Amino acid sequence: MIGLGAYLTVAAIVFTIGVLGIFLNRRNVILMLMAIELILLAVNINLVAFSAYLGDLTGQVLAMFVLTVAAAEAAIGLAILVIFFRRRGTIAVDAADRMRG
Amino acid sequence: MIALLAFYLFATLTIASAIAVIFARNPVHSVLWLILAFFNAAGLMLLVGAEFIAMLLVIVYVGAVAVLFLFVVMMLDIDFAQLRSGFSRNLPFGLIIALVLLGEIVVAVFAHKAGPMMAGHAIPDAQVPNIVALGTLLYSRYLFAFELAGLILLVAMIGAIVLTHRRRGDTRTPRASRQLRRRPDDALKLTDPGVGEGMKL
Repeated sequence: MIGLGAYLTVAAIVFTIGVLGIFLNRRNVILMLMAIELILLAVNINLVAFSAYLGDLTGQVLAMFVLTVAAAEAAIGLAILVIFFRRRGTIAVDAADRMRG
Repeated sequence: MIALLAFYLFATLTIASAIAVIFARNPVHSVLWLILAFFNAAGLMLLVGAEFIAMLLVIVYVGAVAVLFLFVVMMLDIDFAQLRSGFSRNLPFGLIIALVLLGEIVVAVFAHKAGPMMAGHAIPDAQVPNIVALGTLLYSRYLFAFELAGLILLVAMIGAIVLTHRRRGDTRTPRASRQLRRRPDDALKLTDPGVGEGMKL
């Protein structure tokens, strides 16, 4: 049967790809949001793998809450993106300099 | 044997489509690769018996989140080629950081030793379906957290509507307060005209 290590390795690779995606697409907010979804997916794989390994359902409950937060984050993030695009006509991250941060 | 084969298939496809998400030139393709990654991750979760989470992944991520992404990508008129300008410049540095991060995580994975179980909500034997066990737990022990999750979704929904709602000047909407303030005596008059006099309008 497949061990815990295999699952954790898959999750680690997906997590790293998500971080790499944020690094590479520094200007495209949509792709950054997608990379965040990938990171949260890796977290979910980890939680479910540990839940099955320990024989404990709590991990799956927590995975559900992570899913909830990911859905809420996507909705709010895309809403902010849409109003940002309406005001500036672009979604480049460097264009977000109104507050001189 | 079949399970092993399925695991390697799902794992490979998940990783490959995750890579395709961040390297695809067209963001619409990125979203479609993301959907494939979610499907294969759902397959991975099915293999360890987390059926409900797997279905939830398909319904919530593919059915709602990915479609939302697709909607936004197609709705906004963006020059994506111009947004990729820093891509090749960031590539070597990003790859180094990613490799170091991956190495650290893998070392940590194979160095760990699982501790004793703390909470102890054991997965029941095969007679009880996964969804029944999960539902029992969610509606008893984690009820408040579950309600809070619903509240978070409500806040997200209201927030998204408030953020993107805009009032347009060129539409004619009925004024509800004026309509409600109107009483029968403002609108209608009872008269009793004599015979042959007719109505005065």
